[in-house]
Amino acid sequence: MIPDLGKYTDTVLWSYAASIALLVGVVVATLWRGRKVRAELRRIEARMTGKGPGNA
Amino acid sequence: MSIWEYANPKKFLTTTERALPWLWALAIACLAVGLFWGFFLTPDDYRMGATVKIFYLHVPSALMAINAWLMMLVASLIWLIRRHHVSALAARAAAPVGATMTVIALVTGAIWGQPMWGTWWEWDPRLTSFLILFLFYLGYMALWAAIDNPDTAADLTSILCLVGSVFALLSRYAVNFWNQGLHQGASMSLDKKENVADVFWLPALVCIAGFLLLFVALVLYRTGTEIRARRIQALQTRERAAA
Amino acid sequence: MIALFLRDLKLALRAGGGFGLGLAFFLIVTVLVPFSIGPGTGLLSRIAPGVLWLGALLACLLSLDRLLALDWEDGTLDLLATAPIPLEAVVTVKAAAHWVTTGLPLVIAAPVLGVLLNLSPEGFLPLVTSLALGTPALSVIGTFGAALTVGLKRGGLLLSLLVLPLYVPTLIFGAEAARRGAEGLDPATPLLLLAGITAFVAALLPLASAAVLRVNLR
Repeated sequence: MIPDLGKYTDTVLWSYAASIALLVGVVVATLWRGRKVRAELRRIEARMTGKGPGNA
Repeated sequence: MSIWEYANPKKFLTTTERALPWLWALAIACLAVGLFWGFFLTPDDYRMGATVKIFYLHVPSALMAINAWLMMLVASLIWLIRRHHVSALAARAAAPVGATMTVIALVTGAIWGQPMWGTWWEWDPRLTSFLILFLFYLGYMALWAAIDNPDTAADLTSILCLVGSVFALLSRYAVNFWNQGLHQGASMSLDKKENVADVFWLPALVCIAGFLLLFVALVLYRTGTEIRARRIQALQTRERAAA
Repeated sequence: MIALFLRDLKLALRAGGGFGLGLAFFLIVTVLVPFSIGPGTGLLSRIAPGVLWLGALLACLLSLDRLLALDWEDGTLDLLATAPIPLEAVVTVKAAAHWVTTGLPLVIAAPVLGVLLNLSPEGFLPLVTSLALGTPALSVIGTFGAALTVGLKRGGLLLSLLVLPLYVPTLIFGAEAARRGAEGLDPATPLLLLAGITAFVAALLPLASAAVLRVNLR
């Protein structure tokens, strides 16, 4: 499955693993925070409209 | 219809909401194709062997590390001149992504350098410059996090970004003066003679597109998050004032 | 402006004003270096220029958070902002006063500490020249950092994080000049570049510092 990388197998695989892990990490962190903030905003907006005047 | 319409947070949110799924899909597709192509279907370089495959990660991330800072610089300038909040928040949103790109460039470079140069780390001008760039990202993010008032934070970080850009450039030349490096010259220049062969170049181009699209998608999404976070803050203040 | 300069000097010189603290720090760092790397004079004299530059830089850094914080707390900065002199001049004067109370003593003390580190005889003049040319830049850049963090409660650590990358070019050229001098090479090129950085920074950075200070005083 993996092409023959000769004596550099470790080198290449490690750099791919590290980079992809970092990319996935930043994407997951982004989505996670985005989702949290979105939910929080929805909750607050619901609470404020529920209270009547002063809503936006 | 002008680009400034997107300075309206509502307009920004609705537009990016529609564009983001496409961007995510396109970014992931480009990355998958480019990395698959680079990893499985390219020959080894006669000098560097299989390590040439690392460049499909190293070159795009290094490019994006610098371009992310440039984007932050432009966004900071727009904020300072035209006072569009979205612009300031976009700069804030880009910083962690740029920092990640810098780390990827450094890590892949270190892993590549270990067998090729015989050392994980070498105080080579390019490597050193990237380390300094990383420090600038850290300082920029720390300043954003430290200040409570959002407008003050946006102003201060924008000026820091401006000053930092000048100093990053200065450092680049200072470091060059300080130590001649091992790092090869531009491998992606448009000058065909110096360029690497097409076999390597085409998948690398797809990877660069993938990194760029991923960066754009991340920044747009994060900017949306920042806009919502700002709105939460505003609503909470209003609530407290009403109570 | 001259009055402000003299006032800053007087405040710094008064007991508890922090004058001499940077100097003592510089002394201690230099004394600690042989303990940490061993007393071999050959090695010491090779690293002496770099260590002295680094020590001077850290001593400078140490005194930065006092640069504006005291005036911020007692409201002096608000008064200065409304005074008839421009804020750019105020920050320049502040940086100058900081240099006279911190940078200048370091420049004078450096040769003495150079003896402790076995600096080669021909290295003294380039070391002092490079410090004299470079430390003003450190003060000016530091003023910018201090202005950025002046409103923050725990700004000290952040200040170091922000200022250190900005110090890189100055440190490279300064230490390079001192090193070349100590090795008997011609230090003229890095000295000129160092002078260029100092002039550039002194001319333009006060604009940024004043802008930042205006934001913080809003």
